[in-house]
Amino acid sequence: MTEFPGATGLVQNEPLLWEQGRKGRCGFSLPRRDVERSTVPEGLAGDGPDFPDLSEVDVVRHYTRLSQWNFSVDTGMYPLGSCTMKYNPKTNERQAAAPGFANAHPLLPAALCQGGLELMAALECLLAEITGMDAVTLQPGAGAHGELTGMLIFHAYYQHRGKPRSKIIVPDTAHGTNPASAALCGYAAVPVASSARGVLAPETVAAVMDEDTAGIMVTNPNTLGLFEENIKAVADIVHARGGLVYGDGANMNAVMGLVNMAEIGIDVLHLNLHKTFSTPHGGGGPGAGPVCVRRHLEPFLPVPRVRMAGGTYELSEDHPLSIGKLQAFWGNMGNLIRAYSYILSLGAENLKRASELAVLNANYIKERLKGTFHLPHDRPCMHECVFSDKLQQAHKVTTLDVAKRLMDYGFHPPTIYFPLVVHGAIMIEPTETESKQTLDLFIETMQAIAAEARETPDSLRQAPTRCKRRRLDETAAARKPCLRG
Amino acid sequence: MRYLPHTPEDIAEMLQAVGAGSFDELFAGIPPECRRSRAMVLPEPLTEWELNRHIDRLAGRMAVAPEYKVFIGAGSYDHHIPATVGFLTSRSEFATSYTPYQPEMSQGTLQAIFEYQTLTARLLGMEVANASMYDGASALAEALLMAVRITRRPKVAVSRSVHPLYRRVVRTYLAPTGIEVREIPFDPQGTTDPAALAGAGDLAAIAVQSPNFFGCIEDLAQFADRAHAAGALCVAGFSEPLAFGVFKSPGRQGADIACGEGQSLGIARSFGGPGLGMFAAKMQFVRNMPGRLVGETVDIEGRRGYVLTLSTREQHIRREKATSNICTNNSLCALTAAVCMASLGGSGMRELAQINYDRTEYLKRRLRAAGVKLPFAAPTFNEFVAAFPPGFAQTHRRLLEKKIVAGLALEPYYPELRDHYLLCATETTPREDLDALVREVQS
Amino acid sequence: MKELSELKFPENLRYAESHEWLDAEGGTAKIGISDYAQDQLGDVVYVELPEVGKSFAKAAPFGSVESVKAVSELYMPVGGKVVAVNRALDGSPELVNKDPYGEGWMIAIEPSTPDEAKLLFTRQSYLDKLKG
Repeated sequence: MTEFPGATGLVQNEPLLWEQGRKGRCGFSLPRRDVERSTVPEGLAGDGPDFPDLSEVDVVRHYTRLSQWNFSVDTGMYPLGSCTMKYNPKTNERQAAAPGFANAHPLLPAALCQGGLELMAALECLLAEITGMDAVTLQPGAGAHGELTGMLIFHAYYQHRGKPRSKIIVPDTAHGTNPASAALCGYAAVPVASSARGVLAPETVAAVMDEDTAGIMVTNPNTLGLFEENIKAVADIVHARGGLVYGDGANMNAVMGLVNMAEIGIDVLHLNLHKTFSTPHGGGGPGAGPVCVRRHLEPFLPVPRVRMAGGTYELSEDHPLSIGKLQAFWGNMGNLIRAYSYILSLGAENLKRASELAVLNANYIKERLKGTFHLPHDRPCMHECVFSDKLQQAHKVTTLDVAKRLMDYGFHPPTIYFPLVVHGAIMIEPTETESKQTLDLFIETMQAIAAEARETPDSLRQAPTRCKRRRLDETAAARKPCLRG
Repeated sequence: MRYLPHTPEDIAEMLQAVGAGSFDELFAGIPPECRRSRAMVLPEPLTEWELNRHIDRLAGRMAVAPEYKVFIGAGSYDHHIPATVGFLTSRSEFATSYTPYQPEMSQGTLQAIFEYQTLTARLLGMEVANASMYDGASALAEALLMAVRITRRPKVAVSRSVHPLYRRVVRTYLAPTGIEVREIPFDPQGTTDPAALAGAGDLAAIAVQSPNFFGCIEDLAQFADRAHAAGALCVAGFSEPLAFGVFKSPGRQGADIACGEGQSLGIARSFGGPGLGMFAAKMQFVRNMPGRLVGETVDIEGRRGYVLTLSTREQHIRREKATSNICTNNSLCALTAAVCMASLGGSGMRELAQINYDRTEYLKRRLRAAGVKLPFAAPTFNEFVAAFPPGFAQTHRRLLEKKIVAGLALEPYYPELRDHYLLCATETTPREDLDALVREVQS
Repeated sequence: MKELSELKFPENLRYAESHEWLDAEGGTAKIGISDYAQDQLGDVVYVELPEVGKSFAKAAPFGSVESVKAVSELYMPVGGKVVAVNRALDGSPELVNKDPYGEGWMIAIEPSTPDEAKLLFTRQSYLDKLKG
């Protein structure tokens, strides 16, 4: 009999921070006072924060216990579609923690931070080579920040040409960040439906692309896990009407070494270093969202830019057409180092192999689970595949129930109810770092759950039962928000 | 490659299972004209040990303590980071988990963020704080956009004593929106000049930073009153939250939105990022806030638990009408700040802030005694402006050779402040270092 | 979600394409959302309503209704000026689910043209539409 990873272990209860502690404790080694005390001017002095006083042991136990209530990539498989929860190599952490980087002040004179600048310049080159684009900024703090950067570049480009445009085409399979980022730049999102094949049809784009439309935002492969096979035709249509093509690189993990983004007509592309380039998600960030552009858009990239002058690196502000700055400093250096470390560890062949295996893993799951779960688009997928709960509806079991039941078996649920174009979507992205054994176990689990859906549907509706908490009342949380203690 | 677990046998079996003869066939979905025309050219892969050497070589070309004495703050501060902080936040279960969309499997992250929101709200004296933004600068830009949404007014006023790099980020965010950014000058005290606000109607927000870029404490209450009298919101920025250990919080002075950089709270400077955008507001504005929020609820057995809530504000639901496009934030940095705040406790935070204050006051006294002019009279925290005699730039350069970075030249940011330097002292700069700095700048 | 036969659609109301109901008996008209709409939305967690005194044209959005994971705009079934708003929904949005035609009403308006209501669905034509 198969042993599934799900189990209940020794998990401790732990109250909130302020429900414990005792006034006068401290978990911090306070520095010695070596100068006399000065008095804060009256009228300006405050009472200090109302924090609980805890000892170091209190703090360590508190967070250790909390951590044990979390699932993570290091705990097990995380098949979240469009999130690329691949393994986060530990050597990356070592490199990011190198004291010379971790302790460096961002405003050091250039001569005193050559190592950091060299790494940034080198990473820009690596990302340009991997994507096929011409120039790169590392400044954006996450994927959506990269999208905003891209939209600001669109905006500045048309402004510079003296002909601002007001709309942008966004396919119905897009992530919500796409229309939201476009809206921040004043662009009205023009939705276009994907074809019955689950991809963009050139004629659909041609029908809405006009001289007032700044361009299109395309995720390729798209969120159905399908390669946008008409991308070149779509790009040609957009370019012919003076538009630009934005590439959402969220799914870049499928095509490293296989597709050159510039060659398929992308003008601006963001990358999520916390997806494709293995930097850890940290429970929701920090990420890093470098933006890569074609040569004609390079003048609009954020400042400062790293450049080499007279044998040394420097940060240059001399770019009059630049959109400006997206963060106070140069980007999430900690994550840039991790991504750099990852790329150097793999090299060209292994990066390509990573994409190939990511796609192989997804297709393997797709083939083995089709029939067990409804597969709306039955053809080769890229790095992720999208099922639905259609076959389970007869038993009044939903995607949500399947997702929750997976937890009891020791797997994180897939992305659910996205993309919106598939009703009850179950979007699975295994990534290349899961072995065949793990995939087989996952497949067996999904089959077992499908059987339960038929035979004991209530075991799904009641799931999960093995987590720290059962299903939580999200309605009550939203009706009477309690957002702090 | 050690991260790729597939053996040749695995690959063969799996290709067969999917009905593909080769990887090439697997990619049948990519039309030939979309295939890459030439292979990627990247450096040969490095072993872990080669990589260590390579990174150490690069990191070795960065000026850091203890070899260098760096007296720069300006939005990135050197504070002691307890070993516990790195140890706890690097636990795999925190570091390698995803956004807690599945609450039953993410209670650790969710409770930790709920606690972070609470500690942040308490520190800033505000009613509600979100789960974090990217950094202090983008948080300020988002705060101004939020004020415009709430008031439906087209202009914002931002003090020139707000961090100059934050103001540049604000301009970038606001450029395509048509929102006008009006800059308010600072007065000879080094604080925002209220007189310059006279007659400024139609404002959505007045944004002031305290402690401001010069380290000076602003009279926030006055700007809150002015903002409210004019139907605008008071946005209080900061880049050094440790100040609220001894100085009044923005909330206590009437701020409607308080936002800033939380790097000071246990986060390594890391050459500028990732930092932590702290963001808090009055509860009445919560539905206009950007970013994620964690709320308390119960599970079906009635046990207390936590979930992401009020998500209808966010991009994944409201798409183009969302309060922001932000998705991934700086969650692990928020956790870091929470661990740091919990370690300090209320008593520790007051004491640490006091030590920082004392050190800076000591340095100010010593410099004044040495004849250095400190042009701004307003009280300061952690950093302050020193006006050196003309030609000090040469001394500054010479000190670099002695591995002392004697502050940040202000002229690039404020052309009128020639020979003015922003100096910073914290609990990590002991008296002997401060004495050495005073000696050296005189020589 | 319920079957159509389990839902209520009072005879005396008119219904809009976008699932609002209108009670046009008397000088002012009350507006809310239909039993079908509340059922589709699921648990309502927040209702955003306009200020009294504001005027809206027919089909203009006057507010929104939110469940945990969805937001729906509310549209005017007829044009008019808002004369009252159901403030009880601020603290108890669940009234929209529990009693969509009674305590879950949203706004009362003075219709700008009394006859516009006649263009809306009757109970029967609304049901026919829902049956598709």
